[in-house]
Amino acid sequence: MANTDFRTCSLSGLKIHRSSELLIRWNLIAAFATLAVGGLMGLLVLLTRWPSVHLLPVEHYYRFLTAHGLDALLAWIIFFEIALVHFTSAVLLGTRSYVTWLGWVAFALMLIGGALINTIVVLGRADVMFTSYVPLKADPLYYLGVILFAVGALIGFIHFFINIVLSKRDGGFKRSLPLGSFGLAAASIIGILTLAHGAAIFLPTLLWSMDVIPTIDPSAYRLVFWGLGHSSQQINVCAMVAVWYMTSAFVVGGKPVNEKLSRTAFVLYILFINLASEHHLLVDPVLSSWHKVVNTSYMMHLAVLASMIHAFAIPASMEVALRKQGYTRGLFEWLKKAPWGNPAFSGVIISIVLFGFLGGITGVIFGTEQFAIIRHNTFAITGHFHGTVVAGTTIAFMAFTYLLIPFIFKRELIWKGFASIQPWLYGAGVATLSIGMMSAGSFGVPRRHYDITFSGAPFSFTFDPAIDMFMSMMGVGGVLAAAGGFLFILIAFGSIIFGKKMEQR
Amino acid sequence: MAIHEPERIWWNPLSKDERVWVGVALIWMLVSFIFMPVYHLVGSQNPPSTTYSVKADDFDKLVEGMVGKYKVGEENGFPVVHPDPSEPVFIRASMWQWYPILELEKGKTYKVHLSSIDIQHGFSLQPINMNLMALPGYDYVIKLTPTSTGEFHIVCNEYCGVGHHTMVGKMYVK
Repeated sequence: MANTDFRTCSLSGLKIHRSSELLIRWNLIAAFATLAVGGLMGLLVLLTRWPSVHLLPVEHYYRFLTAHGLDALLAWIIFFEIALVHFTSAVLLGTRSYVTWLGWVAFALMLIGGALINTIVVLGRADVMFTSYVPLKADPLYYLGVILFAVGALIGFIHFFINIVLSKRDGGFKRSLPLGSFGLAAASIIGILTLAHGAAIFLPTLLWSMDVIPTIDPSAYRLVFWGLGHSSQQINVCAMVAVWYMTSAFVVGGKPVNEKLSRTAFVLYILFINLASEHHLLVDPVLSSWHKVVNTSYMMHLAVLASMIHAFAIPASMEVALRKQGYTRGLFEWLKKAPWGNPAFSGVIISIVLFGFLGGITGVIFGTEQFAIIRHNTFAITGHFHGTVVAGTTIAFMAFTYLLIPFIFKRELIWKGFASIQPWLYGAGVATLSIGMMSAGSFGVPRRHYDITFSGAPFSFTFDPAIDMFMSMMGVGGVLAAAGGFLFILIAFGSIIFGKKMEQR
Repeated sequence: MAIHEPERIWWNPLSKDERVWVGVALIWMLVSFIFMPVYHLVGSQNPPSTTYSVKADDFDKLVEGMVGKYKVGEENGFPVVHPDPSEPVFIRASMWQWYPILELEKGKTYKVHLSSIDIQHGFSLQPINMNLMALPGYDYVIKLTPTSTGEFHIVCNEYCGVGHHTMVGKMYVK
């Protein structure tokens, strides 16, 4: 580990080791590639659900919908999070990524798993959707792909802890982690817990698909699956919030107003969010009402409290920092003079606002017993999670990419003008899409549905004509979002390949 | 900063603004926290929870038994059944049918038994938008008192294969 393997980033002052740099670069490249594939699938699915276009034939619709979920929700976000693991456990601390080979093993497993999943799905041997509810059966290789990907991700999250322990030994930090690393520590803890749920359900399912185990109880599958399926979204929440704090620090020099408050909020996520995952089962048979009430209402709100704290602390840190820079006139000069043209800053603000108002609030509402029965499996749910994982997490990660490209790839962004409008374009598109979906869902339009005019059905049913407008809203919003997403992919890959090389000390 | 190690002592008291914000948020959360269980007791929009374990063959026999006894007509090949409210009523989900067509009476209370005989399906009663899961192996009992007359449809809203979008059933309330 020669000293020459470290460089100092001229923009951020970060001390970056070659081992971390390579791991972060390749995880990011994989993330962008899977986002491109997932986004393309999303566009095709959107153009099929938009009744006035109705593009794909039925088999392809469900096939591409399965792939869209796996690439855009699983692969893009987790590859990016593993990049963040190394960024926060090595780069922020000024130490290296330790046991590098383990990082590459994790990366290889995720890559092989992801490729296997995509191949099997596109070949049409796993038309089972993201949830793969038993007894709907896929090719065993599909479950194997999910397991390989999950084991890779598990190793990736474990790597966080290896890195920080050894970093402390080498003087990377003395007492406490920086808040950004603390957020990823919370994400990694939740990651390890949820991936254990994944193993607990996907291993038996793999054996069942190979006819080793005769049956899997559909109700038990749903219970354990959502221990993975929803709890893993809390990895995304923690990583996204850490990105919010870090962007505030990098772009405007924001300092958490009260470290105690922000860290306590992350601990609330770790302790209470898992209990909320059971809201997926609110209209299932088997579980008793009180069991459902306790496991959904119970502590869910303490996790929501954590989000409310971040919603205060992050804008507050930005305000304090901008006021210190001299923007003190009136109540809002700091807000007016904030660096809105910087896509990292504007992206994070858009992410905070949309995550809170579109994704977060609707999640809390739909997750109650009385609402679940009028929203379960409707398009409103699709609208909700496009408000969280797309308008929230994906936009935050896109925003952070605009920082990571100069920091990690040592390249300037290409097309700075386009980059500065990209978060707005994408955000406006996703917000419109999400509101359209939620509104259509409130009229009963189902999710994961090829044809809401029910052609070929024994009985015809027509939804309230108001949904035509909402489905068109979804369509227009989705096309805008696809344009914004395409622009992001062009800028990300374009900058990595053609961006002007930056001088390093 | 969020990217640097905090100062030695960061366990500092909250400022007034923070205390007010956290206090208001906490009260709001507590209200929501209490409201859901309370509404379970005072409200009338709760998902049912009575469940029995059932084999597909046995459930099939129960459905056919009811159809044989109370069939009053036929529509598009589906029997229309006008059951007695004092007896259990059955709805069977399968790829890709809701079977049979029930004809219920307004104001009478029925015990509707819902199950699937193959894979998971989503029972979505339209246009009133009531959604419940139909799982194979489980008989989900819904106590149902129709309050308005007319024609209703059952849409499947859990993905169940290529015919998923053709899985539409019917229900009448007279």
